[in-house]
Amino acid sequence: MLNYIWSAMILISFVVAAFNGRLEQTAQAALDSAGTAVEMSIGLLGIMCLWTGLMGIANESGLIKIIARLIRPITRLLFPQLPQSSPAVGAIVMNMVANMMGLSNAATPLGLKAMKELQKLNNGSDTASNAMCMFVVINTASIQIIPSTVIALRSSAGSGNPFEIIVPVWIVSLCALAVGVTLSKVLQGKEKKPVCVYDRTRKAG
Amino acid sequence: MGIVRILSVSAIPAMIFIIISYGLAQGTKVYDCFIEGAKDGLETTIRILPPLVGLLAAIGAFRASGALDLVTYALKPLTNVLQIPLEVMPLALMRPISGSGALAIVTDLLKNYGPDSFAGRVAAVMMGSTETTFYTLTVYYGSVGIKNIRHTVVAALLADLTGIIVSVWICRLIFGS
Repeated sequence: MLNYIWSAMILISFVVAAFNGRLEQTAQAALDSAGTAVEMSIGLLGIMCLWTGLMGIANESGLIKIIARLIRPITRLLFPQLPQSSPAVGAIVMNMVANMMGLSNAATPLGLKAMKELQKLNNGSDTASNAMCMFVVINTASIQIIPSTVIALRSSAGSGNPFEIIVPVWIVSLCALAVGVTLSKVLQGKEKKPVCVYDRTRKAG
Repeated sequence: MGIVRILSVSAIPAMIFIIISYGLAQGTKVYDCFIEGAKDGLETTIRILPPLVGLLAAIGAFRASGALDLVTYALKPLTNVLQIPLEVMPLALMRPISGSGALAIVTDLLKNYGPDSFAGRVAAVMMGSTETTFYTLTVYYGSVGIKNIRHTVVAALLADLTGIIVSVWICRLIFGS
């Protein structure tokens, strides 16, 4: 996808620049922006390391597990069809906590493990189960408590108060998540047992 | 809107305080864990540098050539309907497709309009509150061989659209436009 978007942007830029007589400025801007990317990354580096370092402590001390215990009741509401003691629910909970804490490196492997467990309960079908749809929709929404990358970007761009967007980010995330979860619940149709024989013949939604 | 500001400013110190004091209470070697974890941040930043250079160069050229003006002009009817500032529309389109692409657009926006401008704040909130939807769909479903993903796309994209619209609305409410 990016192969096309990226090359189209550059090629179109130079075609438009040729028409506008801005070829020189355009070439210069490309070079300058490459420099900006490096400056920004260096600006990001400090806050990113600080944050992932703190998360390293949270992981090691077991704080992550405590948060996992706190959000377990939520999974009961979101995934009523799954047995709460299943490995699927365990992986889902840990994935959600990793996302909340901004541990994106840990979140993806946990999420893939959850998908694998959900697929076992789905009898290896190639159609997504209701639980899978719900889980993936939650992962396409952002539930990060501290949006550290954005804060780092704002701070390195010289913002007067890089943190002031935290609460707005929470509000927006919750609205988007609420819409995603509600739509998943509404569109999934009547709940079916995962082992039912007619599972494949009846399409929901 | 004083509460919003106080909460925003105290969220990070509160979290740092909790993490370190809980770690100490559990007898964790907090400093060693911190150093070990900080390496992750270094790795992540280095990993996003090459795509950021490539994409930011493309966006810089796109803006300087005047092509970006053409695109935003073409999108004007849409931004009018959704009440989104013209400058952040490219971000709204890129966000579900590519994380590094969106990051590059935000970087470019913050540099050109300033982080404390209306467009800068909206872009930051949008970036922080949404995810790379198509990437997630591809990786998660692809890993277990699911082909029929039913209502996932509709639910995920409408959630993204909600995020985009509410970002603008909340910034207008809290910071004024």
